[in-house]
Amino acid sequence: MKIAVASGKGGTGKTTVAVNLCLFLVDAGLQVTYADCDVEEPDGHLFLKPEIVTRRRTGIPVPHVDPEACNLCGECGSLCRYSAIVVLKDRVMTFPELCHGCGGCAYICPARAIAEVDRPIGSIDRGNAGKLGFISGCLDIGQAMSPPLIKEVLKETPDDGVTIVDAPPGTSCPAMTAVGDCDYLLLVTEPTPFGRHDLELMLKAVCSLPMPKGVVMNRVNGPDAATEELCDKYGVPVLARIPEDRLVAEAYSKGLTAWEAVSGYRTVFADLWSGIQKDAGRCGE
Amino acid sequence: MRVAITSQGRDRDSLLDRRFGRAAFFIVADTETGELSVHDNAQNLNAAQGAGIQAGSTVAGLDVEALITGNVGPKAYAVLKAAGIRIYLAPDGTVAQSLQRFKDGLLEESLSANVEGHWV
Repeated sequence: MKIAVASGKGGTGKTTVAVNLCLFLVDAGLQVTYADCDVEEPDGHLFLKPEIVTRRRTGIPVPHVDPEACNLCGECGSLCRYSAIVVLKDRVMTFPELCHGCGGCAYICPARAIAEVDRPIGSIDRGNAGKLGFISGCLDIGQAMSPPLIKEVLKETPDDGVTIVDAPPGTSCPAMTAVGDCDYLLLVTEPTPFGRHDLELMLKAVCSLPMPKGVVMNRVNGPDAATEELCDKYGVPVLARIPEDRLVAEAYSKGLTAWEAVSGYRTVFADLWSGIQKDAGRCGE
Repeated sequence: MRVAITSQGRDRDSLLDRRFGRAAFFIVADTETGELSVHDNAQNLNAAQGAGIQAGSTVAGLDVEALITGNVGPKAYAVLKAAGIRIYLAPDGTVAQSLQRFKDGLLEESLSANVEGHWV
Protein backbone atom coordinates (compact mmCIF):
# COMPACT_ATOMS: atom_id res chain seq x y z
CA MET A 1 0.00 0.00 0.00
CA LYS A 2 1.35 3.36 -1.03
CA ILE A 3 0.26 6.39 1.00
CA ALA A 4 1.21 9.84 -0.26
CA VAL A 5 1.43 12.74 2.17
CA ALA A 6 0.85 16.02 0.37
CA SER A 7 -0.42 19.56 0.91
CA GLY A 8 -1.19 22.60 -1.16
CA LYS A 9 0.71 24.95 1.14
CA GLY A 10 4.32 24.32 2.10
CA GLY A 11 5.29 24.05 5.76
CA THR A 12 2.05 22.53 7.01
CA GLY A 13 3.77 19.41 8.35
CA LYS A 14 3.99 16.86 5.52
CA THR A 15 7.33 15.54 6.67
CA THR A 16 6.26 15.60 10.32
CA VAL A 17 3.19 13.50 9.53
CA ALA A 18 5.03 11.20 7.09
CA VAL A 19 7.95 10.51 9.44
CA ASN A 20 5.84 9.98 12.54
CA LEU A 21 3.42 7.74 10.68
CA CYS A 22 6.40 5.67 9.48
CA LEU A 23 7.72 5.31 13.02
CA PHE A 24 4.30 4.31 14.32
CA LEU A 25 3.86 1.67 11.60
CA VAL A 26 7.35 0.22 12.17
CA ASP A 27 6.58 0.06 15.88
CA ALA A 28 3.33 -1.72 15.04
CA GLY A 29 5.41 -4.40 13.30
CA LEU A 30 4.74 -3.54 9.67
CA GLN A 31 7.24 -3.51 6.82
CA VAL A 32 7.55 0.20 6.00
CA THR A 33 9.47 2.35 3.53
CA TYR A 34 9.77 6.11 3.64
CA ALA A 35 10.20 7.70 0.18
CA ASP A 36 11.18 11.38 0.11
CA CYS A 37 9.81 12.78 -3.15
CA ASP A 38 10.22 16.40 -2.06
CA VAL A 39 13.36 16.27 -4.19
CA GLU A 40 13.91 20.03 -4.34
CA GLU A 41 14.20 20.13 -0.58
CA PRO A 42 14.32 16.64 0.91
CA ASP A 43 14.41 16.77 4.71
CA GLY A 44 13.16 13.38 5.94
CA HIS A 45 16.77 12.31 6.56
CA LEU A 46 17.17 15.08 9.17
CA PHE A 47 14.64 13.31 11.40
CA LEU A 48 15.10 9.67 10.44
CA LYS A 49 18.94 9.82 10.36
CA PRO A 50 19.20 6.81 8.03
CA GLU A 51 22.32 4.89 7.20
CA ILE A 52 22.74 5.38 3.42
CA VAL A 53 23.77 2.17 1.68
CA THR A 54 23.65 3.15 -2.00
CA ARG A 55 23.58 6.36 -3.96
CA ARG A 56 22.91 6.42 -7.68
CA ARG A 57 22.84 9.29 -10.13
CA THR A 58 19.81 9.66 -12.33
CA GLY A 59 18.92 11.81 -15.29
CA ILE A 60 16.55 12.36 -18.16
CA PRO A 61 17.04 11.41 -21.81
CA VAL A 62 17.69 14.46 -23.99
CA PRO A 63 18.22 14.60 -27.78
CA HIS A 64 21.63 14.50 -29.41
CA VAL A 65 21.44 15.29 -33.12
CA ASP A 66 23.87 13.83 -35.64
CA PRO A 67 24.33 16.74 -38.11
CA GLU A 68 25.51 14.33 -40.85
CA ALA A 69 22.33 12.27 -40.71
CA CYS A 70 19.90 15.17 -40.16
CA ASN A 71 18.10 16.46 -43.28
CA LEU A 72 16.63 19.52 -41.46
CA CYS A 73 13.06 18.37 -42.14
CA GLY A 74 11.87 20.15 -38.99
CA GLU A 75 9.54 17.43 -37.64
CA CYS A 76 11.28 17.29 -34.26
CA GLY A 77 10.97 21.05 -33.80
CA SER A 78 7.25 21.10 -34.63
CA LEU A 79 6.59 18.17 -32.30
CA CYS A 80 8.35 19.58 -29.22
CA ARG A 81 5.96 21.54 -27.00
CA TYR A 82 8.78 22.82 -24.86
CA SER A 83 11.04 24.43 -27.48
CA ALA A 84 13.84 22.12 -26.42
CA ILE A 85 14.72 21.44 -30.05
CA VAL A 86 14.51 23.97 -32.86
CA VAL A 87 15.38 23.57 -36.54
CA LEU A 88 16.96 26.46 -38.42
CA LYS A 89 17.92 26.65 -42.10
CA ASP A 90 21.32 25.06 -41.66
CA ARG A 91 21.30 23.46 -38.23
CA VAL A 92 19.34 22.02 -35.32
CA MET A 93 19.71 23.59 -31.88
CA THR A 94 18.84 21.80 -28.66
CA PHE A 95 18.13 23.27 -25.22
CA PRO A 96 18.59 20.30 -22.86
CA GLU A 97 17.49 22.27 -19.78
CA LEU A 98 14.03 22.72 -21.34
CA CYS A 99 13.66 19.07 -22.39
CA HIS A 100 11.09 16.99 -20.49
CA GLY A 101 12.64 13.75 -21.74
CA CYS A 102 9.58 12.44 -23.61
CA GLY A 103 11.68 10.98 -26.43
CA GLY A 104 9.22 12.19 -29.08
CA CYS A 105 11.85 13.88 -31.25
CA ALA A 106 13.97 10.73 -31.52
CA TYR A 107 10.87 8.63 -32.16
CA ILE A 108 9.51 10.85 -34.93
CA CYS A 109 12.81 11.62 -36.74
CA PRO A 110 12.49 10.14 -40.26
CA ALA A 111 16.28 10.32 -40.77
CA ARG A 112 17.02 8.51 -37.48
CA ALA A 113 19.42 11.36 -36.73
CA ILE A 114 18.49 11.78 -33.06
CA ALA A 115 19.97 9.69 -30.28
CA GLU A 116 18.96 10.10 -26.66
CA VAL A 117 21.68 10.82 -24.15
CA ASP A 118 21.30 10.98 -20.40
CA ARG A 119 21.44 14.39 -18.75
CA PRO A 120 22.05 13.94 -14.99
CA ILE A 121 19.61 15.90 -12.83
CA GLY A 122 19.93 14.39 -9.37
CA SER A 123 20.68 11.45 -7.14
CA ILE A 124 18.76 8.83 -5.19
CA ASP A 125 19.89 7.60 -1.78
CA ARG A 126 18.80 4.28 -0.35
CA GLY A 127 19.33 2.96 3.12
CA ASN A 128 17.69 2.13 6.42
CA ALA A 129 16.69 3.88 9.59
CA GLY A 130 16.47 0.91 11.93
CA LYS A 131 13.78 -1.35 10.49
CA LEU A 132 12.43 1.45 8.29
CA GLY A 133 13.41 1.39 4.61
CA PHE A 134 14.58 4.78 3.38
CA ILE A 135 14.67 6.24 -0.15
CA SER A 136 15.30 9.89 -0.92
CA GLY A 137 15.67 11.83 -4.14
CA CYS A 138 17.74 14.99 -4.32
CA LEU A 139 17.63 17.30 -7.32
CA ASP A 140 20.95 18.86 -8.30
CA ILE A 141 21.37 22.56 -7.51
CA GLY A 142 20.40 24.65 -10.53
CA GLN A 143 18.04 22.06 -11.99
CA ALA A 144 14.43 23.15 -12.46
CA MET A 145 12.62 20.00 -13.53
CA SER A 146 11.88 17.54 -10.74
CA PRO A 147 9.17 15.14 -12.06
CA PRO A 148 11.60 12.79 -13.88
CA LEU A 149 13.57 12.36 -10.65
CA ILE A 150 10.38 11.88 -8.60
CA LYS A 151 9.32 9.10 -11.01
CA GLU A 152 12.68 7.39 -10.50
CA VAL A 153 12.30 7.56 -6.70
CA LEU A 154 8.82 6.00 -6.96
CA LYS A 155 10.17 3.21 -9.20
CA GLU A 156 12.46 2.18 -6.35
CA THR A 157 9.69 1.78 -3.80
CA PRO A 158 8.81 -1.84 -2.95
CA ASP A 159 5.51 -3.41 -4.04
CA ASP A 160 4.91 -5.03 -0.69
CA GLY A 161 4.50 -3.54 2.77
CA VAL A 162 3.55 0.09 3.33
CA THR A 163 5.31 2.96 1.55
CA ILE A 164 4.87 6.50 2.82
CA VAL A 165 5.55 9.00 0.03
CA ASP A 166 6.57 12.46 1.27
CA ALA A 167 5.36 14.65 -1.61
CA PRO A 168 6.55 18.11 -2.61
CA PRO A 169 4.25 21.04 -1.73
CA GLY A 170 1.97 22.76 -4.22
CA THR A 171 -0.49 21.55 -6.82
CA SER A 172 1.67 21.53 -9.94
CA CYS A 173 3.53 18.79 -11.83
CA PRO A 174 5.97 17.77 -9.04
CA ALA A 175 3.17 17.26 -6.49
CA MET A 176 0.90 15.50 -8.98
CA THR A 177 3.74 13.21 -10.10
CA ALA A 178 4.38 12.18 -6.51
CA VAL A 179 0.74 11.45 -5.60
CA GLY A 180 -0.69 10.20 -8.91
CA ASP A 181 -0.16 6.47 -8.37
CA CYS A 182 -0.70 6.21 -4.64
CA ASP A 183 -3.40 4.05 -3.05
CA TYR A 184 -4.28 6.62 -0.43
CA LEU A 185 -3.73 10.37 -0.31
CA LEU A 186 -3.27 12.26 2.96
CA LEU A 187 -3.52 16.04 2.75
CA VAL A 188 -1.91 17.97 5.59
CA THR A 189 -3.20 21.45 6.37
CA GLU A 190 -2.94 24.07 9.07
CA PRO A 191 -5.59 26.36 10.59
CA THR A 192 -4.61 29.55 8.75
CA PRO A 193 -6.24 31.36 5.82
CA PHE A 194 -3.28 30.34 3.63
CA GLY A 195 -3.56 26.75 4.79
CA ARG A 196 -7.26 26.62 3.93
CA HIS A 197 -6.82 28.43 0.62
CA ASP A 198 -4.12 26.06 -0.57
CA LEU A 199 -5.94 23.02 0.82
CA GLU A 200 -8.89 23.93 -1.39
CA LEU A 201 -6.59 24.27 -4.42
CA MET A 202 -5.28 20.80 -3.63
CA LEU A 203 -8.75 19.33 -3.11
CA LYS A 204 -9.73 20.68 -6.53
CA ALA A 205 -6.52 19.38 -8.11
CA VAL A 206 -6.93 15.83 -6.81
CA CYS A 207 -10.72 15.43 -7.00
CA SER A 208 -10.50 13.53 -10.28
CA LEU A 209 -7.87 11.10 -8.95
CA PRO A 210 -9.40 7.74 -8.07
CA MET A 211 -7.78 7.00 -4.70
CA PRO A 212 -9.51 7.76 -1.37
CA LYS A 213 -8.28 10.84 0.46
CA GLY A 214 -8.17 12.12 4.00
CA VAL A 215 -7.11 15.34 5.69
CA VAL A 216 -4.78 15.83 8.64
CA MET A 217 -5.21 19.15 10.44
CA ASN A 218 -1.88 20.04 12.00
CA ARG A 219 -1.11 22.58 14.76
CA VAL A 220 -4.74 22.80 15.77
CA ASN A 221 -5.30 25.09 18.76
CA GLY A 222 -9.06 25.09 18.93
CA PRO A 223 -12.07 24.39 16.77
CA ASP A 224 -11.57 25.28 13.11
CA ALA A 225 -15.03 25.19 11.58
CA ALA A 226 -13.88 26.73 8.28
CA THR A 227 -11.46 23.89 7.50
CA GLU A 228 -13.92 21.23 8.67
CA GLU A 229 -16.61 22.73 6.40
CA LEU A 230 -14.19 22.84 3.48
CA CYS A 231 -13.37 19.14 3.86
CA ASP A 232 -17.07 18.38 4.18
CA LYS A 233 -17.81 20.29 0.99
CA TYR A 234 -15.34 18.12 -0.96
CA GLY A 235 -16.41 14.93 0.81
CA VAL A 236 -12.96 14.28 2.28
CA PRO A 237 -12.89 13.14 5.92
CA VAL A 238 -10.66 14.73 8.57
CA LEU A 239 -8.72 11.78 9.95
CA ALA A 240 -6.56 13.51 12.54
CA ARG A 241 -6.31 16.78 14.41
CA ILE A 242 -2.77 17.23 15.72
CA PRO A 243 -2.68 19.77 18.52
CA GLU A 244 -0.41 22.80 18.55
CA ASP A 245 2.32 21.76 20.97
CA ARG A 246 5.45 23.67 21.92
CA LEU A 247 7.21 20.43 22.89
CA VAL A 248 6.79 19.14 19.32
CA ALA A 249 8.20 22.39 17.92
CA GLU A 250 11.18 22.23 20.29
CA ALA A 251 11.85 18.62 19.33
CA TYR A 252 11.57 19.54 15.64
CA SER A 253 14.14 22.30 16.04
CA LYS A 254 16.59 19.67 17.32
CA GLY A 255 15.81 17.23 14.51
CA LEU A 256 13.75 14.98 16.78
CA THR A 257 10.33 13.57 15.96
CA ALA A 258 7.18 14.03 18.02
CA TRP A 259 7.14 10.24 18.25
CA GLU A 260 10.51 10.17 20.02
CA ALA A 261 10.25 13.33 22.05
CA VAL A 262 6.69 13.72 23.22
CA SER A 263 4.49 11.14 24.86
CA GLY A 264 0.90 10.97 23.77
CA TYR A 265 1.51 10.96 20.04
CA ARG A 266 1.11 7.25 19.77
CA THR A 267 -2.65 7.65 20.02
CA VAL A 268 -2.73 10.40 17.39
CA PHE A 269 -0.97 8.25 14.79
CA ALA A 270 -2.72 5.05 15.80
CA ASP A 271 -6.04 6.84 15.21
CA LEU A 272 -4.76 8.22 11.91
CA TRP A 273 -3.72 4.74 10.75
CA SER A 274 -7.03 3.15 11.65
CA GLY A 275 -8.77 6.05 9.88
CA ILE A 276 -6.75 5.40 6.72
CA GLN A 277 -7.45 1.67 6.83
CA LYS A 278 -11.16 2.22 7.33
CA ASP A 279 -11.29 4.87 4.63
CA ALA A 280 -9.20 2.87 2.15
CA GLY A 281 -11.93 0.25 2.31
CA ARG A 282 -14.24 2.70 0.55
CA CYS A 283 -11.80 2.89 -2.36
CA GLY A 284 -13.00 4.64 -5.48
CA GLU A 285 -15.81 6.63 -3.91
CA MET B 1 17.24 44.93 -46.48
CA ARG B 2 14.47 43.13 -44.59
CA VAL B 3 14.13 43.98 -40.89
CA ALA B 4 11.77 42.52 -38.26
CA ILE B 5 10.36 44.78 -35.53
CA THR B 6 8.51 43.55 -32.44
CA SER B 7 5.20 45.39 -32.29
CA GLN B 8 2.19 45.71 -29.99
CA GLY B 9 -0.09 46.20 -33.01
CA ARG B 10 -0.47 45.56 -36.69
CA ASP B 11 0.69 48.81 -38.32
CA ARG B 12 3.54 51.33 -38.51
CA ASP B 13 1.98 53.57 -35.83
CA SER B 14 1.77 50.73 -33.30
CA LEU B 15 4.16 50.85 -30.36
CA LEU B 16 7.31 48.76 -30.31
CA ASP B 17 6.80 45.68 -28.10
CA ARG B 18 9.74 45.55 -25.69
CA ARG B 19 9.36 41.80 -25.29
CA PHE B 20 10.83 39.62 -27.96
CA GLY B 21 9.58 36.08 -27.22
CA ARG B 22 6.12 37.22 -26.19
CA ALA B 23 5.79 40.17 -28.57
CA ALA B 24 2.25 40.52 -29.93
CA PHE B 25 3.36 40.86 -33.58
CA PHE B 26 6.44 40.87 -35.76
CA ILE B 27 6.33 43.51 -38.47
CA VAL B 28 8.73 42.91 -41.33
CA ALA B 29 9.84 46.03 -43.18
CA ASP B 30 11.78 46.29 -46.42
CA THR B 31 14.06 49.29 -45.96
CA GLU B 32 14.38 49.86 -49.73
CA THR B 33 10.73 49.58 -50.81
CA GLY B 34 9.09 50.57 -47.50
CA GLU B 35 6.80 47.54 -47.78
CA LEU B 36 5.47 46.10 -44.50
CA SER B 37 4.08 42.68 -43.61
CA VAL B 38 2.57 41.58 -40.30
CA HIS B 39 3.15 38.24 -38.56
CA ASP B 40 1.07 37.23 -35.57
CA ASN B 41 2.96 35.79 -32.58
CA ALA B 42 -0.19 34.78 -30.65
CA GLN B 43 0.89 31.14 -30.46
CA ASN B 44 3.91 32.16 -28.39
CA LEU B 45 2.11 34.58 -26.08
CA ASN B 46 0.80 31.70 -23.98
CA ALA B 47 3.71 29.30 -24.36
CA ALA B 48 4.60 27.66 -21.05
CA GLN B 49 8.28 27.92 -21.79
CA GLY B 50 10.67 28.53 -24.67
CA ALA B 51 8.81 31.55 -26.10
CA GLY B 52 12.13 33.26 -26.94
CA ILE B 53 13.38 30.16 -28.76
CA GLN B 54 10.18 29.81 -30.78
CA ALA B 55 10.11 33.52 -31.59
CA GLY B 56 13.75 33.25 -32.71
CA SER B 57 12.79 30.34 -34.93
CA THR B 58 9.80 32.29 -36.32
CA VAL B 59 11.91 35.37 -37.08
CA ALA B 60 14.59 33.15 -38.67
CA GLY B 61 11.87 31.89 -40.99
CA LEU B 62 10.90 35.45 -42.02
CA ASP B 63 14.08 35.84 -44.05
CA VAL B 64 15.29 39.00 -42.33
CA GLU B 65 18.81 40.28 -41.76
CA ALA B 66 18.07 42.28 -38.61
CA LEU B 67 15.69 42.44 -35.66
CA ILE B 68 14.66 45.57 -33.78
CA THR B 69 13.27 44.93 -30.30
CA GLY B 70 13.46 46.00 -26.65
CA ASN B 71 14.96 43.00 -24.86
CA VAL B 72 16.49 39.67 -25.83
CA GLY B 73 17.25 36.85 -23.41
CA PRO B 74 20.07 34.30 -23.70
CA LYS B 75 18.19 31.48 -25.47
CA ALA B 76 16.53 33.77 -28.01
CA TYR B 77 19.90 35.39 -28.59
CA ALA B 78 21.51 32.01 -29.26
CA VAL B 79 18.85 31.13 -31.86
CA LEU B 80 19.01 34.53 -33.59
CA LYS B 81 22.81 34.41 -33.66
CA ALA B 82 22.77 30.90 -35.13
CA ALA B 83 20.34 32.15 -37.78
CA GLY B 84 22.71 35.03 -38.60
CA ILE B 85 20.25 37.76 -37.59
CA ARG B 86 21.66 40.96 -36.15
CA ILE B 87 19.87 42.37 -33.10
CA TYR B 88 19.29 46.10 -32.52
CA LEU B 89 17.83 47.37 -29.25
CA ALA B 90 15.48 50.31 -29.56
CA PRO B 91 13.98 52.72 -26.99
CA ASP B 92 10.19 53.09 -26.70
CA GLY B 93 8.52 54.46 -29.80
CA THR B 94 6.35 53.48 -32.72
CA VAL B 95 7.29 50.94 -35.35
CA ALA B 96 7.85 53.77 -37.88
CA GLN B 97 10.05 55.71 -35.42
CA SER B 98 12.09 52.61 -34.59
CA LEU B 99 12.61 51.88 -38.25
CA GLN B 100 13.74 55.46 -38.89
CA ARG B 101 16.18 55.30 -35.97
CA PHE B 102 17.55 52.09 -37.44
CA LYS B 103 17.96 53.65 -40.90
CA ASP B 104 19.65 56.71 -39.36
CA GLY B 105 22.18 54.41 -37.64
CA LEU B 106 21.00 55.48 -34.16
CA LEU B 107 20.40 51.94 -32.83
CA GLU B 108 23.25 50.00 -31.33
CA GLU B 109 23.77 46.37 -32.28
CA SER B 110 23.47 44.02 -29.30
CA LEU B 111 26.31 41.53 -29.15
CA SER B 112 24.88 39.57 -26.22
CA ALA B 113 21.58 38.93 -24.46
CA ASN B 114 20.62 42.08 -22.55
CA VAL B 115 18.27 40.44 -20.04
CA GLU B 116 18.35 37.24 -17.96
CA GLY B 117 16.46 34.15 -18.98
CA HIS B 118 13.45 33.28 -16.88
CA TRP B 119 11.88 30.03 -15.75
CA VAL B 120 8.18 29.46 -15.78
